[in-house]
Amino acid sequence: MDTSRRRVLQLLGLSAAALSAPPVFNALAKEAHEPAAAPQIGPSKEALTAKQWAMVIDTPKFKSEKDVEPLVEACHKIHNVPHWDEKRWEIKWLWATHYEHAFTGTVSRRFVAEEVQHRPFLVLCNHCENPPCVRACPTKATFKRPEDGIVMMDFHRCIGCRFCMAACPFGARSFNYRDPRPALKYTNKQFPTRMKGVVEKCSFCVERLAEGKMPACVEASEGKLTFGDLFDEKSKVRELIKTHYTIRRKVNLGTEPAVYYIV
Amino acid sequence: MLELAVKGSKRYYGWMALLLGIAGVGFLVYLKQLDFGLGITGMSRDVSWGFYIANFTFLVGVAAGGVMVVLPYYLHDYKAYGKVTILGEFLAIASVVMCITFILVDLGQPMRVMNVLLYPSPNSVLFWDTIVLNGYLFLNLVIGWNVLEAERNGVHYQNWLKPLIYISIPWAVSIHTVTAYLYCGLPGRGFWLTAILAPRFLSSAFASGPALLILLCLVIRRVTNFDPGWKQIQSLAVTVAYAICINVFFLLCEVFVAFYSQIPEHVDHLLYLFVGLQGKGAYVPWMWTSMALMVAGIILLVNPITRKNELTLIVGCICVFFGCWIDKGLGMISGGFVPNPLHEVNEYIPTLLEGMITIGVYALGFFVLTILFKIAVSVKEEVRA
Repeated sequence: MDTSRRRVLQLLGLSAAALSAPPVFNALAKEAHEPAAAPQIGPSKEALTAKQWAMVIDTPKFKSEKDVEPLVEACHKIHNVPHWDEKRWEIKWLWATHYEHAFTGTVSRRFVAEEVQHRPFLVLCNHCENPPCVRACPTKATFKRPEDGIVMMDFHRCIGCRFCMAACPFGARSFNYRDPRPALKYTNKQFPTRMKGVVEKCSFCVERLAEGKMPACVEASEGKLTFGDLFDEKSKVRELIKTHYTIRRKVNLGTEPAVYYIV
Repeated sequence: MLELAVKGSKRYYGWMALLLGIAGVGFLVYLKQLDFGLGITGMSRDVSWGFYIANFTFLVGVAAGGVMVVLPYYLHDYKAYGKVTILGEFLAIASVVMCITFILVDLGQPMRVMNVLLYPSPNSVLFWDTIVLNGYLFLNLVIGWNVLEAERNGVHYQNWLKPLIYISIPWAVSIHTVTAYLYCGLPGRGFWLTAILAPRFLSSAFASGPALLILLCLVIRRVTNFDPGWKQIQSLAVTVAYAICINVFFLLCEVFVAFYSQIPEHVDHLLYLFVGLQGKGAYVPWMWTSMALMVAGIILLVNPITRKNELTLIVGCICVFFGCWIDKGLGMISGGFVPNPLHEVNEYIPTLLEGMITIGVYALGFFVLTILFKIAVSVKEEVRA
């Protein structure tokens, strides 16, 4: 190798020039831009707030699958939830199931009132007060928002270990076994699509609450679902819980689900 | 000492080439998985862990099983194990390498794995599992390597190794305990929600790990000039015999608690595995095979006549190894997820592609194991000469 003094000096000179380049470029680049308006971060002034969001599902008002479909559709459409024909790859945030599946271990499987047996029961993430999925996550990609109790997912931090899916006693979580984008018929540009290899679930529509709107399923339910602050005595959900007999899924596990069912 | 790994016979090179070839095929299939996603496996929304995690769990056991030679040698000064301790430690290294590879292969976003260290979450058992597994790998590498090198140089190993050796013993117990805690702390998974899971994991670990070590010792006796010793193999066989008995006893404890209490959440998983549930029972023949293998293992290894006969000892060890593999690998993970939290039965059947990746990971592990054993055996041969 040529290691003459001249060569070394050449290299030093070039390095010095390279090191001084960025500030010069930055200075030039700055001139070219007009100062842009600072992006707005955080909820708007109309944002809905609560200490612990909760939902009350008035199940007698759901007669058949037809009462459920618009709610599921509204949710899955605005959240870019893909539809796969292959059952293994299925992604669902909100869906309907039978009484004995929704409340397995809690209610009798036999001798159920016929009407109840045929009634569709909506199930979704319970946004537990004491969520086992959050405890299990090794990267804090799923976490409970301290201000309003919503159990959220950071799709960009999730490593796809699926520990949260094993930890959830309600089967509320789905995993992207493949890239979900080709399976979307329609894309809502206001909400992120996901990539393969991450977990997702219902988020109680945090993005809508931040704009002062009720969750999409609540809005589409025409009064069958009620949403509000569990820790506010005067809230609508507390009113309903006070005046109706309600049950929750698997309360014996101590996760304190925030979704209540009027049966 | 690494130079010992590259000086070998044609047979040695042929074996290594074969392993690399299998691992290479597995890697190509893994590239396919990386491109398509975990959808190439049989895993689903309901059974979200499958073959990879099952083999990971089993191999943590094999790794922990190495302590069954380390403990008598270093704590009880059982001199005979001086010949095989290094083999136990090196088997542990290769097993942990496979464990870590299985975890990586199972991740949906493997390129983000460092998030576990970037956002340390002491609440998560997986965080602790990362620490104990890597720690165990490190301990065995440092201890195994230095003790072997000291033996080669004809000196006593360095004094600073002593505390590390003592730490490595409870550490071996910790890796399998923490791995059991991955499962047994989850509410709503009745099959795993049992305080005996960690002891059960350990008992099957102390059966399957030493059983594999016996088989490996017998192979070394045949193909090299180093003899790990019949006495050593026999002592290990006694360990396996005790451990497999305890393992089956623990399993029966589970069966009693489930079926006497008759709590559906605990019974239904066992029913699914052993007789099928709601008309589905892909694992039924496997589980009964596992039970038969473990019972056969007990008969062959507890009985002194069959334990002392080389052929029946080999058969007994194979029975124990595969019996534990089915029980802990296939049944333990799949059985925990079926029926699902809504009490629906959706089965998990591994696909050919995930099978190929799994075999590739095993080939990688045996490649590492062969290098390590080659070094160890060469040093032993050298010292004897």
